[in-house]
Amino acid sequence: MSQTEPSAPLYAAREPVFPRRVSGSFRTLKWWLMGLMLCIYYVTPWIRWDRGPTLPDQAVLLDLANRRFFFFMIEIWPHEFYFVAGLLIMAGLGLFLFTSALGRVWCGYACPQTVWTDLYILVERWIDGDRNARLRLWNQKWSLRKAWLRAVKWTLWLLIGLATGGAWVFYYTDAPTLAVNLVHGTAPFAAYLWIGILTATTFVFGGFMREQICIYACPWPRIQAAMMDEDTITIGYRDWRGEPRGKHRKAEGAEALGDCIDCMACANVCPMGIDIRDGQQMECITCGLCIDACDEMMDKVGKPRGLVAYMALKDEAAERAGGHPTHIWKHMFRPRTLMYFTLWAGIGVALVVALFLRPPFDFKVSPVRNPQYVMLADGSIRNTYEVRLRNKQPREMTLEISLTDHEDAHDFGGSHGAVQLTLEGRDANVVTVAPDETLTQRVYVTAPRGSDLADERRSDVRFWLRDVDGTKRVSADSVFNGKDH
Amino acid sequence: MSKAPAKTTKPGDAGTTGHEWDGIEEFNNPLPRWWLWTFYITIVWAIGYTIAYPAWPLLKGATPGILGASTRADVAADIKRFADANAPIEAKLVAADLTAISADPALASYAANAGKAVFATWCSQCHGAGAGGNVGYPNLLDNDWLWGGDIEAIHTTIAHGIRNTEDADARLSEMPKFGADELLEAAQIGEVVQYVLQLSGQTHDAAKAEAGAVVFADNCAACHADDGTGNRDLGAPNLTDAIWLYGGDVAALTETVTNARYGVMPSWTTRLSEAEIRSVAAYVHGLGGGE
Repeated sequence: MSQTEPSAPLYAAREPVFPRRVSGSFRTLKWWLMGLMLCIYYVTPWIRWDRGPTLPDQAVLLDLANRRFFFFMIEIWPHEFYFVAGLLIMAGLGLFLFTSALGRVWCGYACPQTVWTDLYILVERWIDGDRNARLRLWNQKWSLRKAWLRAVKWTLWLLIGLATGGAWVFYYTDAPTLAVNLVHGTAPFAAYLWIGILTATTFVFGGFMREQICIYACPWPRIQAAMMDEDTITIGYRDWRGEPRGKHRKAEGAEALGDCIDCMACANVCPMGIDIRDGQQMECITCGLCIDACDEMMDKVGKPRGLVAYMALKDEAAERAGGHPTHIWKHMFRPRTLMYFTLWAGIGVALVVALFLRPPFDFKVSPVRNPQYVMLADGSIRNTYEVRLRNKQPREMTLEISLTDHEDAHDFGGSHGAVQLTLEGRDANVVTVAPDETLTQRVYVTAPRGSDLADERRSDVRFWLRDVDGTKRVSADSVFNGKDH
Repeated sequence: MSKAPAKTTKPGDAGTTGHEWDGIEEFNNPLPRWWLWTFYITIVWAIGYTIAYPAWPLLKGATPGILGASTRADVAADIKRFADANAPIEAKLVAADLTAISADPALASYAANAGKAVFATWCSQCHGAGAGGNVGYPNLLDNDWLWGGDIEAIHTTIAHGIRNTEDADARLSEMPKFGADELLEAAQIGEVVQYVLQLSGQTHDAAKAEAGAVVFADNCAACHADDGTGNRDLGAPNLTDAIWLYGGDVAALTETVTNARYGVMPSWTTRLSEAEIRSVAAYVHGLGGGE
């Protein structure tokens, strides 16, 4: 083992970051995106969607208690959870796609940690003032004024946290009912618990942890390095144009200086507390605020914009060598991004097709295997099946069960054949299933003594479920176990 | 990114660990202090947890914890909660007419599910987990019943049992040991066995069966009826069907006639509540053979 420097400390306190206010195109984009995303988050559970008298009228509802997932016109049952899995895979591939094309655009613009931290900094700036005032306040001893400002700020943060946690629970049950119950103190304990947990995490993560979450807690910054290459758009500093940096433009030798006036604007606005002029670094979430800050200064001193800019590593190398940057579309459309897009879109198309192909009712036929068959008094062989019928319609359905052989050539049901299909506790082979419910029905298939089904060790059969009031029917394959020999 | 100038911000200041892999060096960055504090808090939490909850093993059991938490008590409370919740429907089940249970969906569903649990606990040892029975233990799925297959008869059989000594109302009958007690000659037994094979439509010796018919009429028909279809009041099996409790071949039938059979089922009124007995009766009735 090599010896490390003895002076290296084992732990270090967080260096507080006081991002300065900045204005510019990326900041404006971030405000709009923040407004849009917060709006989606807070408003979604309140959107109503009429599904008839038997189903909830909340457009987006994760009804864990009743095992139903509602998303506008789509209703997902637990056995269709592959839709959710597919959406999660699409979300993952979507992140891959955006990361390989645009770098850490998720981190910089869309991640809840970034959005809520932005919101918290907005409140902080409103209460405590901009960067310099906040720095002064930080360095001050505790006073009545400081305590008051802190109390106000933390109260506002807590209220935002409460609203965040409060909005979360509305996704899981009827929002208006829960809101009333929350106020009256009659909501379930789980609702208060989750509001409490999410209020606390929002308060701590947005108010105090901020960039620490990105640097130390989040695995995504480390993983996305695998999707980035020299064509990926990141934030770069044109050091060949900016260096040597220097403030004193009127001093002697100033004509040797580069465009960077060393105003520290880029570092002062950075929510991660880094200096982009040090080059691409792990902490950078590519939010673009340093670009806005630098462009503002360049405008003021009459130099061209773009000393700090979004660019790919390839462009940096090309420009440094005196060449021209590649067009942004050429960076975006390359085999890697096209491959991610193809995968992403392929799954999306498959899910949509599956969504439209799924029947409004279906059933699962499970043969009872203990025992595999029963011999009846007249020597006929009977198999029992547990059939689970699912009515995914908001109306009562009358469904008829019938049986054919596996090639549909021979209809065993009813009077067409000697093979009898009967339903436990019912006179006809017809079952009525309540709206949006399942029903388990024991079904018996009896093959007469000496028939092929009774004497074959094992035969393939196909069950059919038909909507008596409609035209649709669905099938499920199963087996019939004959006598042991 | 190798061309990036050296970092001027804090993390890189501590230098590298000196480790190097293919030109990649490792920063010797300090831990964040909050991380360390989180670690200490987990230690404090763990100590508090072992005080609050059962934790430290002792010679017998473990420290109980000052909160008095007990998963055993939780289970007991859960069981009581379910029992309390089920009390109204159980009362309804006990009050209902047995034949009316299947007509009431809520009652039928409760009885079938409760009965399934009762069956798995008390009945499956002999009748099998799937109620398929075994040699000497009737298959409850088929449509052949010794003592009757409507729900009333099934209920009586379960409540009082068969040929046990503990319940005065137990179903009772006894087949004579025709061979062991020398009521019939061995040849006569052979003949009557052939007759029974004929009754059930199996291959048989026609001459012996003809002689056996006389033996049957004199000795067996009293219980098994003249045509061999049995008598449910006496639990005398139908000998003309395809179902045999102890086997329907020559050896099994000879053994049955010679030494008789004496299948016993316990009385369940002493062990189970009326609601449980009614539930399991409804469950068995709904397995496919119920009449």
